Amino acid sequence: MLKTSIMASAVAVLLGGAAWAQDQSIIVQSTTSTANSGLFDYMLPIFQKETGIQVNVVAVGTGQAIKNAENCDGDVLLVHAKASEEKFVAAGFGTIRTDLMYNDFVIVGPATDPAGVGGMQDVQGALVQIAEKGAMFASRGDDSGTHKKEMALWADTGVDPLGASGTWYRETGSGMGATLNTGIGMGAYVLTDRATWISFENKQDYVIQVQGDEDLFNQYGVIPVNPAKCPSVKADAAQTFADWLVSDEGQAVIAGFKIADQQLFFPNAPRN
Amino acid sequence: MGEALGLAVGLVLSGDADLLQIVLLSLRVSLTATAIACLVGLLIGALVAIGRFRGRNAVLILMNALMGLPPVVVGLLVYLHLSRSGPLGFLGLLYTPTAMIIAQAILITPIIAALSRQVLEDLHAEYAEQFRSLCLTRWQTVQALLWDARYSLLTVGLAGFGRAVAEVGAVIIVGGNIDHLTRVMTTAIALETSRGDLALALALGIILLVIALGVNAAVQAVRMTAARQAYV
Repeated sequence: MLKTSIMASAVAVLLGGAAWAQDQSIIVQSTTSTANSGLFDYMLPIFQKETGIQVNVVAVGTGQAIKNAENCDGDVLLVHAKASEEKFVAAGFGTIRTDLMYNDFVIVGPATDPAGVGGMQDVQGALVQIAEKGAMFASRGDDSGTHKKEMALWADTGVDPLGASGTWYRETGSGMGATLNTGIGMGAYVLTDRATWISFENKQDYVIQVQGDEDLFNQYGVIPVNPAKCPSVKADAAQTFADWLVSDEGQAVIAGFKIADQQLFFPNAPRN
Repeated sequence: MGEALGLAVGLVLSGDADLLQIVLLSLRVSLTATAIACLVGLLIGALVAIGRFRGRNAVLILMNALMGLPPVVVGLLVYLHLSRSGPLGFLGLLYTPTAMIIAQAILITPIIAALSRQVLEDLHAEYAEQFRSLCLTRWQTVQALLWDARYSLLTVGLAGFGRAVAEVGAVIIVGGNIDHLTRVMTTAIALETSRGDLALALALGIILLVIALGVNAAVQAVRMTAARQAYV
């Protein structure tokens, strides 16, 4: 009798546990920098321990992440292209967009600095100089957040780099890490977010050449996917995750993530 | 290279739990996909091998051409079907190992079908008269051919497995490379490459190669044991 009831409760726990575990997992469509830098590896176990919610991260470029979320293939969107994010919410795909954290973009290049832009702060000026010298520049060319930022910067300069596509201007059409690998292989300048750069391990003789312009600001936002548009979304768990990220605690965890004593992301969710 | 080799040995010796999980998932996904592809592909291969029908040449060309299916295209097609906004979205299979199995099975079924068709057709040419004299039905012919060619077909299966376990384009789209859920050897290698940790990426590549070697050696052992018993 005792044996049977133990068995029964064990089965109940197993079945219940399985069902519970399934309900308590969400998919985050994310940009690559947050995943590749190790932020999620650092942050998610803390969140899971507190809430029991398992967060599965699909790390792709911002453009693809937004597309996937529009197809209802994610519960939360975490990317860095404010204009596209606002469009996503306006079209009803997301409930609400919140500023989460920021860092900045930098232009990295070989130590020999063929375009002589080292130490420049004016990013548009540096781009013009790279174009005029015909120094190699590797672009993401993949509609990612970083690529959108780069194109906006080029638009400010009045230089149309696409006219030089295939010559000094090379679009890799791949992720940040792949573009860095390719760019470094060609001796090209590359625009990258600072988090990816700090955590990147194949730097060779590359250094940061241009930084500090306020136009290089890089804002990340978080958006729960709208259950009205995507009924399959796990809205409660998604909201719990988004709320936790912008809470005092979540923000403190983001600020606490460091590589080689350098902070990679700076929390800036609105206080309320 | 030396660094990567050292890293690979160190990783294996450390018995890293994450690595073990990734290796086991790779094997589970690709072996299951190979099994499914063999079920379907061998049948198609056998039927086309013995069949004489209109448009057979077109079918042969198509089968052979599909051996060159780009994994990314297969991944995209499967993604579009399994996406929540796709026709099979209600199944909730996207970003699961099942989705990866489906993609790899689609990728390698043409390989199994086309290669086995060639093997079986050659064999059939040899035995056709004997089969006719025995008045075998089509189904019996297929069975006899598959059984007789089983050792050659093992190699066909291995070719399929090799393609499945080595591809990254399809599984990264439909699996999402989610840590502890859908990360396999090839997507882990792609990830470490994009992190710029080329030594670790190469080390994982070496381990993948060793796994492929192991699977091939196991199949070879089975084959030799069976062959020996057959002659006892």
